[in-house]
Amino acid sequence: MPDLPPFSVQEFPALHSPLLALNDVSCERGNRRLFCQLSVQLMAGQALQINGGNGAGKTSLLRIAAGLLAPAAGAVCYLGEPLADNSYNHRSQLLFLGHQAAVKGSLTALENLRYPVDGRHRFSTEAIFQALAAVGLAGFEDLPCRTFSAGQRRRVALALLILSDARLWLLDEPFTAIDRTGVELIERLMAAHLQRGGAIMLTSHQPVALPGLLALELSGGDSHG
Amino acid sequence: MAWQWFHQWGSPRWFYQRSGAWLPWLAVLAALFLAVGSVWGLALAPADFKQGNSYRIIYLHVPASFLALAGYYLMAIAGAIGLIWKMKLAFTAMRCAATVGAALTFVALFTGAVWGKPTWGTYWVWDARITSMLVLLFLYLGVIALYQAFDRQELASKAAALLALVGTVNVPIIYKSVDWWYTLHQPASLKITGDSTLHSSMLQPLLVMIVGFYLFYAVALLLSMRAEVLAREANSSWVRALVTAPQSRERG
Amino acid sequence: MANGTVNTLRRELLLASRRRGELANPLLFFVMMAALVPLGISPQSTVLAELAPGMIWVMALLATLLSLEPLFAEDYRDGSLDQLLLAADGMAFAVLGKMLAHWLVTGLPLTLVAPLLATLLALPAAGWLPLLASLLVGTLALSFIGAMGAALTVSLQRSGVLLTLIVMPLYVPVIIFGSATVQRAIEGFSWLAPLALLATLAVAAIALCPLVVVGALRLTASE
Repeated sequence: MPDLPPFSVQEFPALHSPLLALNDVSCERGNRRLFCQLSVQLMAGQALQINGGNGAGKTSLLRIAAGLLAPAAGAVCYLGEPLADNSYNHRSQLLFLGHQAAVKGSLTALENLRYPVDGRHRFSTEAIFQALAAVGLAGFEDLPCRTFSAGQRRRVALALLILSDARLWLLDEPFTAIDRTGVELIERLMAAHLQRGGAIMLTSHQPVALPGLLALELSGGDSHG
Repeated sequence: MAWQWFHQWGSPRWFYQRSGAWLPWLAVLAALFLAVGSVWGLALAPADFKQGNSYRIIYLHVPASFLALAGYYLMAIAGAIGLIWKMKLAFTAMRCAATVGAALTFVALFTGAVWGKPTWGTYWVWDARITSMLVLLFLYLGVIALYQAFDRQELASKAAALLALVGTVNVPIIYKSVDWWYTLHQPASLKITGDSTLHSSMLQPLLVMIVGFYLFYAVALLLSMRAEVLAREANSSWVRALVTAPQSRERG
Repeated sequence: MANGTVNTLRRELLLASRRRGELANPLLFFVMMAALVPLGISPQSTVLAELAPGMIWVMALLATLLSLEPLFAEDYRDGSLDQLLLAADGMAFAVLGKMLAHWLVTGLPLTLVAPLLATLLALPAAGWLPLLASLLVGTLALSFIGAMGAALTVSLQRSGVLLTLIVMPLYVPVIIFGSATVQRAIEGFSWLAPLALLATLAVAAIALCPLVVVGALRLTASE
């Protein structure tokens, strides 16, 4: 297994308050209540796996944490401040990988990473090549992503884990369509990210090998009775 | 105090009970004003020296046009309240105001066309006011169509509210631009009402009719809102209680 | 701040360069419609000349409407929209970049092929410059106003016709001032007033529409 390229940020500054806190958050879809008064705290160096059956609200919870979805009640705090007041810090320190890979088929792997949709980063070509090599796409840099398999497309998105300087990772089913070596790679990346003081919230249907991984069970339906 | 009032307004049940109490009074008042205004305007007011009796359609046309425009703003304001304070009842109001408003806009256009036949000799002319009214109808229909395109009611309401708000910014621009366009093309046909002032004996019944139309609008809006509240809250206990014990309707 | 706009613009133009065929479609539509007018009405140049200003403007409007649907729909399907919403320096700037890119690949080319249509429809010489000027400014307003419709309908399966329905009434002032600019020039009047009004519309659209688009896209993301 090749060595991981170095992260752009080696060590995040120490923190004493939780990086992310969900306080009494409720979520409703249509007229269905997915979860109610849920509180979660995520400290620097912690990873949390959200478990639950299909439709239990795992993705919704992750989207609430990302600020994409407003909770029906409760508040999301980043570094102790409500998201509404601190959204710039939150967004600039956030890496969200959703169900879809957000990879454009008509762009090459290199171009996809050079011009990320959010318009925030400008990664150097050298860094992108290193990251692509690390996720197993060496030699595929200049091919349009429409020729890739589903797993390869996801790997393009996963290269962002190496490139990004975000402290909070929100990963929705990161192992979808990824083979076994890929899963190991993601696990190593996650472990290294926790080591440098980052935090991770993820959903997955499969067990994740990560030391100190916390778990949250969403029972689905009305958890409040 | 004010906040409590606001919260009550957000409660569909409270609204249903209150509106049920007001409705008969409003309906009687509306009927009274409309009856007095119609008889006065259609039978008692003098005929116009130029247009004869055909001018009398203004007693329908003018109030309907007024409300078509006012209704658009009411719809948009209701939508804004829904978006800002997440009040479901406001979205119900917006949704119902769209239907009622579109119907009134159509009435205004239809009566305008009927009026046009004896006046201009044709049912349709591209007069500034009629053209603006037509665009207003399109705006209403756009809001209704957008609302109906979504499966999820909440999303539908929010999207329609946003479109209605965009429309409010546009309505004055559209009216001004159509006016400007009309003066540019100044057709040779005769102009009516625009500059000529109505004689007070004709104006008084018109005012009565306008008040009557406002009352009628309130009745129509409340009725359709009540129907929609019932449909939306069909699963709640108070609606079930209503259905099983209809005699206690007003007391709930 | 403007970084978001520039980066998005660059990305969108790159994407556009990869599907040139798709981009040519509204232009072809524009030209083909022009060929139908003489067939449907009359080949006489006096008749055509009278219709030309309004016709060209109506066709530019329709061509823009046709190009709007994919503006946000593709990003919605492949998950890019979520990333756009999470743009750190505010989504409005990124959205502004997208809308500018849309104008650069539709409105601007429409303006550039307009002389061809002016020839086909026998537009009098006095109308050429005003036509180009009004299209250049007016298509900006068309792109930005239309983007609101595209954003509001982005999550719908078949949004094409609905998008057209909700956007068309909003286009009324644009087409009035746009065609009036050309018409007044042909009639020998000063055409700066309608052009200035058109420019005002465009500036207002550029300032306000991105905010509405952001609001509409946020609604969709919370679905």
